[in-house]
Amino acid sequence: MDSLLPVEDRGGPAQPLLLARGLRKHFPVGGGLLGRGRKVVRAVDDLTLSVAKGETLGVVGESGCGKSTVARLLIRLLKPDRGTMVLDGDPVDEPHGITVNELRRQVQMVFQDSYASLNPRLTIAETLAFAPKAHGLPAAEARVRVRDLLAKVGLEPDTYAERYPHELSGGQRQRVNIARALALRPRLVILDEAVSALDKSVEAQVLNMLVDLKTELSLTYLFISHDLNVVQYLSDRVLVMYLGKIVELGPVEAIYGQPQHPYTQALLSARPSMDPRKRTKEAPIQGDPPNPIDPPSGCRFRTRCPFAEDVCARVEPPLTETGRQAVACHMRIAGSGHSKAAA
Amino acid sequence: MTLQSPSLELGAPLVQPIATAGGRSYWQSVRRRLRRDPVTLICGGVLILLVASALFAPWLGLDDPYKTSMLRRLYPLGSPGHLLGTDELGRDMLSRLIYGGRLSLFMGVTPVVCALLIGGLLGITAGFLGGRVNMLIMRIMDVFYAFPSVLLAISLSGAMGAGAENTLLSLTLVFIPPVCRVSESVTTQVRGFDFVDAARASGAGMLNIVRVHVLGNVLGPILVYATSLISVAIILAAGLSFLGLGVKPPEPEWGLMLNTLRQAIYVNPVLAALPGVMIFITSICFNLMSDGLRAAMDVKA
Amino acid sequence: MLLYALRRLLYLVPVAFGVSLLVFALVHLAPGDPISAIVPPDAPQEVVDKLKEYYGFDKPLPIQYLRWLGVTLTGDFGTSIGTGRPVATEVASAFGNTIILAISATLLAFTLAVILGTAAAYAKSRIVDRLVTLISLMGVSVPHFWLAIVLVIIFSVELGALPPMGIGPENSTGWRLDGPHLAHMVLPTIALSVIPLGVVTRTVRSTIKEILNSEFVTALQAKGLRDDQILRHVLKNAAPTCLAVMGLQAGNLIGGSILIETVFAWPGTGFLLNSAIFRRDLPILQGTTLVLAFFFMMLNLAVDIIQTMVDPRIKRN
Repeated sequence: MDSLLPVEDRGGPAQPLLLARGLRKHFPVGGGLLGRGRKVVRAVDDLTLSVAKGETLGVVGESGCGKSTVARLLIRLLKPDRGTMVLDGDPVDEPHGITVNELRRQVQMVFQDSYASLNPRLTIAETLAFAPKAHGLPAAEARVRVRDLLAKVGLEPDTYAERYPHELSGGQRQRVNIARALALRPRLVILDEAVSALDKSVEAQVLNMLVDLKTELSLTYLFISHDLNVVQYLSDRVLVMYLGKIVELGPVEAIYGQPQHPYTQALLSARPSMDPRKRTKEAPIQGDPPNPIDPPSGCRFRTRCPFAEDVCARVEPPLTETGRQAVACHMRIAGSGHSKAAA
Repeated sequence: MTLQSPSLELGAPLVQPIATAGGRSYWQSVRRRLRRDPVTLICGGVLILLVASALFAPWLGLDDPYKTSMLRRLYPLGSPGHLLGTDELGRDMLSRLIYGGRLSLFMGVTPVVCALLIGGLLGITAGFLGGRVNMLIMRIMDVFYAFPSVLLAISLSGAMGAGAENTLLSLTLVFIPPVCRVSESVTTQVRGFDFVDAARASGAGMLNIVRVHVLGNVLGPILVYATSLISVAIILAAGLSFLGLGVKPPEPEWGLMLNTLRQAIYVNPVLAALPGVMIFITSICFNLMSDGLRAAMDVKA
Repeated sequence: MLLYALRRLLYLVPVAFGVSLLVFALVHLAPGDPISAIVPPDAPQEVVDKLKEYYGFDKPLPIQYLRWLGVTLTGDFGTSIGTGRPVATEVASAFGNTIILAISATLLAFTLAVILGTAAAYAKSRIVDRLVTLISLMGVSVPHFWLAIVLVIIFSVELGALPPMGIGPENSTGWRLDGPHLAHMVLPTIALSVIPLGVVTRTVRSTIKEILNSEFVTALQAKGLRDDQILRHVLKNAAPTCLAVMGLQAGNLIGGSILIETVFAWPGTGFLLNSAIFRRDLPILQGTTLVLAFFFMMLNLAVDIIQTMVDPRIKRN
């Protein structure tokens, strides 16, 4: 057993740290005579994304768009129905690549601070020591690492190591969650709504800590959130999801500055402004979020899109490069047949 | 006879991951609350008394519980030399009752312990692994659940024949499904919590995860449920003996004694009712202790 | 809704097979040669051999099971060794008597339980709450067959007010709705009702208490609803859980009546089962167990479906 040093960089800065292609995950839902689902929840459908080394990729979308499923697929808590993953050049869970366990050495996840994110029966030290010990680190070294981790996330080891989760505040628990994710010295950290449950002031502290840790430990982040402001603050690139598919992807300035997909535009305009002169008079999106069991044909957003036309129902728009970003919308694809598209 | 799982009664999840405040671990706070509860303490005391008297019976200077005497049958309570009278064959009631406690308690506790081990193992496995394994195990349990527990016990005992060993076997079989069901339900709940996902994501082995993260959270509710089963088991075992399907005469056992003393109800009714009083008291104490244990473990209180 | 009911019914099919397998296996659990259960011990060897062939005991077990299953499904449960009458008729008449007792015990227990449980949950004085809790604790802890004996002691032996056993006065067969028959019913009904009373009272009390503490009741009070109007809402919310528990208890009554029927010599399925066990009358043992188990399964199914209909939180297809 190695002594848990961080895994070394392989392919250099140009090679994406994580590349996921064609990920699909459908969940069967009870229905039909024998309870065997004819119906499926199409949580993630044919999703491809790449995460560059050292960047923070933000993932935004409404509840139910599949963001959390993507997170769990990337860390293999769920097994994808289809699709491949490549970590720094090594295929995952395939004969000539790395195993899922090796993947987990390098990719870790910070969960949302729910009441069930930390085992209430274990002390903080025991929780943090679990992963390293499971990978063979001797107890004495594990203890040292636990103190190290606590110090890194700003929790005084002597005070907090022997405490129980219920004795900590939300912000402190989330620091422990982050420390837990760092225990195996990963390269990629997936943050699934990691700050969503915190008070705003605490959220700011934790976000700043995350930024510092990223530099200090040369981490790469995949930051999932429904809070657009936080994503803007943290991310280098942003990915917008809708009903299991990516609708727009690009650098943060491009997405927030010139959003091209109607959904992105609606999301951004839905943010309340501090300027009292800008008042929202109408809801930016009409209609209800459609059912992930029965997504609309063609472009999934068409039922709520003010610019939907026939072609939107017939053909699903592929994610296409348009200058600085990539969009999945017929209006931006030349020759798609949409009235607003270039011919 | 009720073998329903507690979650059905209260509608709240069995496992509450957050304990009360206090600077101590969860189990320490449970112990503290138990020690402060008068009802639990009294019942605990009574039970200890019962168990002790049963265990140390041979050394208590009692009359021989098997010694019959045709002359001294059905003496009333308070007769000289026989504090609680004598039974229909002239044997001393006090000693019969205390010796009877040995068998009755044994027949009540042992099946529950065995069912706890077997049913608990099956349930935790089904709950943790999920999927097809879960379906297989739970469907088999469903077959047993199709029978009311008393019916199952009586049919099994009836087919296998009377005798203490057969009774133990049939009672264990009767209790395995409910323990399994509760274990599976609690384990499935715990399995869904984020900290278990985090443990899986850390790349630890399955057994390791179960040992460190699942067991500690699951054993509590399972134990509470099992203690509530003990009183049912004692009554059921006594019932089987009452029907003649359990312990065979001349062994002293409370249920059997109730049966044999029935002929005495016209002559000495109080005597005839005595063994049942013992069952009643034991059952109440176990039930109250189970309730106390559950209250001590319930974080909302 | 219908689809849901059908689906649940289909789920039962494999369980039903399992149940029949278990009942079939009962005979083979019995010590000794199964043929000795059917035939008197002094029968000549050729008769034994012929019967063995007739019943198929010489064939392998799976074949025996299938033959037995086939025969049983046609309604032929075999013949009683003790009386020589078809098992089906014996079980049917006994079942009727058990149902009478079960229904009256159910009515008594559930009515009292709802009243007591609701009163305890609403009561401001701790004494009422404590009292009801005590009553339900007694109900759950008491060995009901012992209580039956105590009742007989008090009411028959000491007071001579009620008959100690039987379904009716001497020489009466079956049950009729008249004074003497009702008098025979009183003690068994009380004895049978204690355990369900205890369990359901506890459930009702804790369910209603939980609801009363919930926010939506506070909201209703803030809206200005009267107490009795709020009670209606509370009861509607308490119904699903309580109905489920009641259903379980009603089912357990079928099994639990065995002991009570023995004490009172009430000629129901329990009494039948008991005497069958002692006579080693295995066809009756099998037939009765099978009928009771299936009744229990159907009852659980019905409770399940009713609960789904009543509880809007359960998703329907």
